[in-house]
Amino acid sequence: MTTWAERRKGRIDDLAGGRSLTAEAFRRLRRDPIAITGAIIIGAFVVIALLSPVLAPHTATEPFPQLQEDLRPGYIPGPQDGFPLGSDQLGRDFFSRMILASQQTLLVGVFATLIGLAVGLVIGTLAGAFGGWVDTVLMRCTDALLAIPSLLLAISVAALAASASQTTVIIAVAVVSVPIFARLLRGSMLAQRNADHVVAVTALGVKRPAVVLRHILPNALGPVIVQATLTLATSILDAAALSFLGLGDADPGRAEWGLMLSQAQTYLDVRPALAFYPAGAIILVALGFTLLGESLREALDPKGRR
Amino acid sequence: MLRFVVRRLLQVIPTLLLLSLLVFAWLRNLPGGPASAFLGDRATPERIAEYNRLIGLDQPIFVQYGKFLGRIATGDFGTSTKTSQPVLAEIGRAMPATIELSVAALAIAVLLGIPLGYLAAQQRGRPLDVATIIATLVGVAVPVFFLGYLLKAVFAVGLGWFPPSGRQAVGLDATNITGFAVLDGILTREWDASLDALSHLVLPAVALATIPLAVIVRITRASVLDVLGSDFVRTANSKGLTPGVIRRRHVLRNALLPVSTTIGLQVGLLLAGAVLTEKVFNWGGIGTLLADAITEKDYPRLQALLLLGALVYVLVNLLVDLSYAVIDPRVRLS
Repeated sequence: MTTWAERRKGRIDDLAGGRSLTAEAFRRLRRDPIAITGAIIIGAFVVIALLSPVLAPHTATEPFPQLQEDLRPGYIPGPQDGFPLGSDQLGRDFFSRMILASQQTLLVGVFATLIGLAVGLVIGTLAGAFGGWVDTVLMRCTDALLAIPSLLLAISVAALAASASQTTVIIAVAVVSVPIFARLLRGSMLAQRNADHVVAVTALGVKRPAVVLRHILPNALGPVIVQATLTLATSILDAAALSFLGLGDADPGRAEWGLMLSQAQTYLDVRPALAFYPAGAIILVALGFTLLGESLREALDPKGRR
Repeated sequence: MLRFVVRRLLQVIPTLLLLSLLVFAWLRNLPGGPASAFLGDRATPERIAEYNRLIGLDQPIFVQYGKFLGRIATGDFGTSTKTSQPVLAEIGRAMPATIELSVAALAIAVLLGIPLGYLAAQQRGRPLDVATIIATLVGVAVPVFFLGYLLKAVFAVGLGWFPPSGRQAVGLDATNITGFAVLDGILTREWDASLDALSHLVLPAVALATIPLAVIVRITRASVLDVLGSDFVRTANSKGLTPGVIRRRHVLRNALLPVSTTIGLQVGLLLAGAVLTEKVFNWGGIGTLLADAITEKDYPRLQALLLLGALVYVLVNLLVDLSYAVIDPRVRLS
C-alpha cells in the first residue's frame, strides 16, 4: 500500500519529466533479483575481507604441530576440533587461510581494476577531449595493445619483472584493462560531444576544460562503471591464471585464493578440498561481480527505460 | 568489395608496426637487458658487452629497430635460449596441436552456442532461458585451468572414459603426415589412430570451449531477441511466411552479424585459454611452449609467440570483418 503522500510525490515527479537516468537505474537495480544476488555476494565478500583479521582464528603462516604430526606424503589431515576445514599442505589452518585470503584477493582485484581504470581514464579523456592527432596516436596505441590477447599481454608484462610479486601481478592484470577503458571512455565521450547540453554550455561560453570535465566526462562514465565492475571479476580470474603459470606471488606464505588454488593442484588426489574451497570462492566472487555488472549495464541502458 | 578489402588490409599495417615496436621496446627493457637474459648466470660485464656488440645493441636505436623488422620479415625470430633451436621451427612443430585443439573447442562453442542462444531467446523468461543465462554466467566465472583439472579428475581418473593427458596413446603406431592427429588418421585410414586422437581431444576441447561457448550463447540470445522484436520480422510474420523461412532468411541472417564478430574475438581467448588448458592436459602445443618459455625465461621464444599470437588475432579479426561485408552489404558502402 502506498500512502497518499507517496502517490502525490510520484505524480509530481512524473509531471517534472520523470526521474534522472541514475535514479531510474538505481530504482530498477533494487527490483532486479540478479542485481540483488550480485550485491549480496559482493557485500559478504567485502565484509569478510575487511574483517578477516578478526574473523580468522589463526594467522595464515603459523604451522600447527598437531596438524603437522599427521602430515605425510599422500595424506593431509581433514576437519577436526579447532580446525573446521582441516590442514593445508604445510600444517597451517586452512580455514583461517581461506578467510585471510579474501582480503588479498580483494586487494589484487580492486587495485588492478583501479590502476587500469585510472590510466585508461586519462588516455580516454585526452583522446576524447582533444581529438585530432592526439586521438589518432593514442587510439592506434590502444589498438595495438588490444591486438594482443589479454592473457598473453598479462603474461608478457609479468614476465618482464625480475621476480614475481603481488605488485607485478597487479600491474600485469591492470595493463590488460587499460586499452579497454580508454577506448570505451573515448567512444562514450565522442557520443557526448555533439549532444545538445554540451553545445548549449559551449555556446554559453563555458571554457573547454570545464566543458570536458564537468559536462562531457560525467555523462560518459556509465559504460566505464559497468566495465569496471566486470573487470573486477576478470582481474581476479586473470591473477589466478598468472599464479597457475608460475608468474604469481613468489611469497609461499601469502594466503590468496588464486595462489592457493594453483598450489593445491599438486594435492588434488590427496585432498581435493584444498582446491575446491579457493576455486569455489573465486567462482562465487567473480560471479557476484559479473551479475552486478550485467544488471548495471541493463539498468543504465536507456533503451530499457519505460 | 575489392576496395573494402584493400582498405581493411592497409589499416592492419600500422597496428602491426606499432605492435612490433612495442615488442621491440619490451625486449630491450628486460631486467638487465637481453644479454643477461640470454647469458643468465654466466653474465660478466665483458661477456655482456661482447654479446651486445654481437647482436648490435651498440648501434643507434632506429638502426636496431630496422634490423629487428628486417629479421622478422624474413622469418627469423631468433633462437630459443633453452633449446638453441630456431624459434620459428619450434612454433611450426607445435602449431598443429594447438590448431587442432582450438578448432575443436571453437566447433563445440559455435555448434552448441548458436542453437542454444537461439532457443533461449525464443523461450525468453521460461525455465530453459533462465537456466541458460545462469549457466553462461557461471561458465565465465570458472577458472579455465580449474575446470580442466575437474574434468580430468571426474572423466579421466574417476570414470576412465577419456585419457587424462597427451595427444595420442603411448606406443600407438600412427603415421604422421600433417601433424593433425585426427586428420592424419583419416588420411591414412588408420581409424584407430583417429579415434584415439579424438578421445584425447574431448576433455581439453571441452575445457577450452566453456568461456567462448558462454559468450556466444549470450550474444546470440541478445542478438536474436533484438531481431525478433524488429518491424521486418513482424512484417514477415503477417505476410504469412512459414516459421522456417522467417528463421533462416530474416532472423538468423541478421542476428548472426554480431555473433560472427564475437567468434573472431574468441580466437584471442582461445589462444590465451590454450596456454592454461595445454598445461593441464600436457598437450604439447603452442601453449606448452609459452608456459615453458615463462618458467625458463626464454625471451626470444616468448617474443616470437607474442608477435605471432597478435598477428593471428589481427588476421582472424580482419577475416571476420571481411566476412561481415559478405553477409551485410551495408558494410561495404560505409
